[in-house]
Amino acid sequence: MPGPSTAGMTRRERYEAQQKRRSALIAATSTVTVVAALYFLVPLAPGWAKVQQSFFNGEVLIKTFPKLLDAFRINVMIFAWSAPAIAVLGLLIALARDAKSPALFPLRIFGAAFTDVFRGVPVILTVYLIGFGIPGLGLPRPWNSPYIWGSLALILTYSAYVAEIFRSGIDSVHHSQRAAALSLGLSERQVMRDVVLPQAIRNVVPSQMNMLIALQKDVSLLSFIGPVEIFRQAGVFKSLLANFTPYVGAAIIFLVVTIPATRYADHLMARQMRERR
Amino acid sequence: MSRMLSIAVASIALSSAAHAQGDCAAGKTLTDGKFTVATGNPAYYPWVLDDAPEKGEGFEAAVAFAVAEEMGFDASDVVWVRSSFDEAIQPGAKSFDVNIQQYSITPERDQVVDFSAPYYTAPMAVLVGANATGTEATLEALKGLQWGAVGSTTAVPKLAGVIQPDSDPLLYGDNADVNAAIIANQIDAALFDLPTALYLSAVVVEGSKVIGQFPADPDDNPDQFGMLLEEGNPLKTCIDAALASLSESGKLAAIEAKWLQDTTGVPLIR
Amino acid sequence: MPKLDLRGVVKQFGDHMVCNGIDLVVEEGQMVCLIGASGAGKSTLLRCINLLEPIEDGAIYLDGQDISVPGLNPQSVRARIGIVFQSFNLFPHMTALENVMLAPRRVRGQSRAQLLPEVKALFERFGLADRMNKYPDQLSGGQQQRVAIVRALAMKPEVMLFDEITSALDPQLVGEVLDVLLMLKGQGMTMVMATHEMGFARQAADKVCFLKDGRIVEEGPPQSIFETPTQDATQRFLARALK
Repeated sequence: MPGPSTAGMTRRERYEAQQKRRSALIAATSTVTVVAALYFLVPLAPGWAKVQQSFFNGEVLIKTFPKLLDAFRINVMIFAWSAPAIAVLGLLIALARDAKSPALFPLRIFGAAFTDVFRGVPVILTVYLIGFGIPGLGLPRPWNSPYIWGSLALILTYSAYVAEIFRSGIDSVHHSQRAAALSLGLSERQVMRDVVLPQAIRNVVPSQMNMLIALQKDVSLLSFIGPVEIFRQAGVFKSLLANFTPYVGAAIIFLVVTIPATRYADHLMARQMRERR
Repeated sequence: MSRMLSIAVASIALSSAAHAQGDCAAGKTLTDGKFTVATGNPAYYPWVLDDAPEKGEGFEAAVAFAVAEEMGFDASDVVWVRSSFDEAIQPGAKSFDVNIQQYSITPERDQVVDFSAPYYTAPMAVLVGANATGTEATLEALKGLQWGAVGSTTAVPKLAGVIQPDSDPLLYGDNADVNAAIIANQIDAALFDLPTALYLSAVVVEGSKVIGQFPADPDDNPDQFGMLLEEGNPLKTCIDAALASLSESGKLAAIEAKWLQDTTGVPLIR
Repeated sequence: MPKLDLRGVVKQFGDHMVCNGIDLVVEEGQMVCLIGASGAGKSTLLRCINLLEPIEDGAIYLDGQDISVPGLNPQSVRARIGIVFQSFNLFPHMTALENVMLAPRRVRGQSRAQLLPEVKALFERFGLADRMNKYPDQLSGGQQQRVAIVRALAMKPEVMLFDEITSALDPQLVGEVLDVLLMLKGQGMTMVMATHEMGFARQAADKVCFLKDGRIVEEGPPQSIFETPTQDATQRFLARALK
């Protein structure tokens, strides 16, 4: 009998439902096989017992985890004050680089030099040079704190990247939007502030999310100039206990934060792709 | 078969006469007939001079050669390699027979690796920057300082357990970074083993001073340096015997006197 | 004195001569239609009048004042001349109402509350009263284009320029936009429009100009252009366009 079946599905729907079940079954089987292989084969490796002992030591993990979590608060703190500063400075640099007025030419040169320098130097070098160098000029405490200058190093470096992303966002706003706004009698500044920037910023939110995730991880570089954040705390435990498990604990804490953030950024990115289509 | 025999003979000989232990290490080293010693990269004064351990100058370099000699190796049989603490404690085959770079012996570490008998008992000492040289050598006065230390050393638990400073200490990756922090006045004081502290104050950190040392009281878990070996390494007994014999003969003390500054002038912290 | 007077306007993009000496007079309350193949220079000419493109030679007079003087602040001129584009160019991050209010608020410094009654009246007049708080992507093409017209009108311009404003619309939506133009004509608005809608030009224009290769080849009242064109080029173009 042609037409709808008893289940109320067309022939095509039945076929597609069957295909869907089939793919789900294959996916599940292959996943289980791979996981089982890892689970059973890895422990058979001759060095597994020792690796487990020094990287996946439950006892060490339980003992060190609370303090690692505590140290992670420092990461969160540094992140929390650096991120807004990066957003503001990055935007200012982006605008400086696109400044058209001849009076602002020095600003444009400065913006270009800034992004070239801070994108060209490894973050850790900037952290060292600014974190030890500027306080070495003889600033009094607390103004020579590694928290201040280390954060500044992160802010400068990340602003350079964020500025470039903002610029690409500004470029992504179609010139017809500018023309429409200008034709209404708005000034260049008003066009930038009211029409171009709001769209540009919205366009680059997913990319900037990825910068935030990278920043969250790079906060750990401040450990090189003194602050006992999670990476340093894990290192202290590693040395005391002669065991690498605290690093695994730190990685877990990072992942708990970064995986949802990464998923969210991907989700935003995918949505934007759909909207543009 | 002959090797088995020689090991058996050697171990009997070991118990009777220290001098007859020449064959103890046979077959137990990484490369037969060679004694492979690891040290830091770079290796620091006064433990190794000029970062050139093969010259045998500096306390640890001299101790390594003396131990090698005790075990019957020629100086030319001693092979130097470089290694970090992380490499030393990670699981898997090691690239050295022993690793000597001021490793403090702790029970936790001892569960993962083996340590030789201690070759030096290192008092912890306080190095202060130019702005804090007037600090008294009392625990009370030390609490108020901003502290720093190398994060991978036993200075960290010492700070937390004994000094208990009012503000959180800042921790660094190596000596050079601690020095930079002292020079930048980000920290007032740092905790090092005494010989290192004396060297840093005399040569590296301008205006700094070693204001005190902690008593090396045996009840107080003093820092003792041991050579690090892979867990279960049979060479340990040979090393220990060699160190015991060096100690008995007074050679170890002579090496110490030659390479490490007289430390009795540094006041004890009360 | 004509409302708008173009004399020998020249516009070049690199080596390409887009407007090659254009003379055009638009009287107060007139509707002038520019016709011609794509690339003839119609759109560029409109953008030049609005000072979105600087001209190389010639002059443009608005009420007898030369607005093409280099160095003149274009903002004051643009506030007097509105332009509507083929692709609407509404600001996608703002509602229809915000789109319309932006320029009066920023340029004339009026508050939202001050503006609301007159803007609301505009929306009502153009049949968009229930669309005020929608975002552009929630509106049909025809509605978007009408909002764009309202946005330009909110600045109370003396002249309106329309750049092929129905070309991007589905055929069934063209009518609602053209009706708006008739309404404006009825109110005496001075208008210049580039268009491919020959029927509309014939019915509504006071003057039709045929452009080819950056020149006005022929101009006159619609009857003469559409029924008795004198130039070969005009005849050939109309033969194709009216097929």
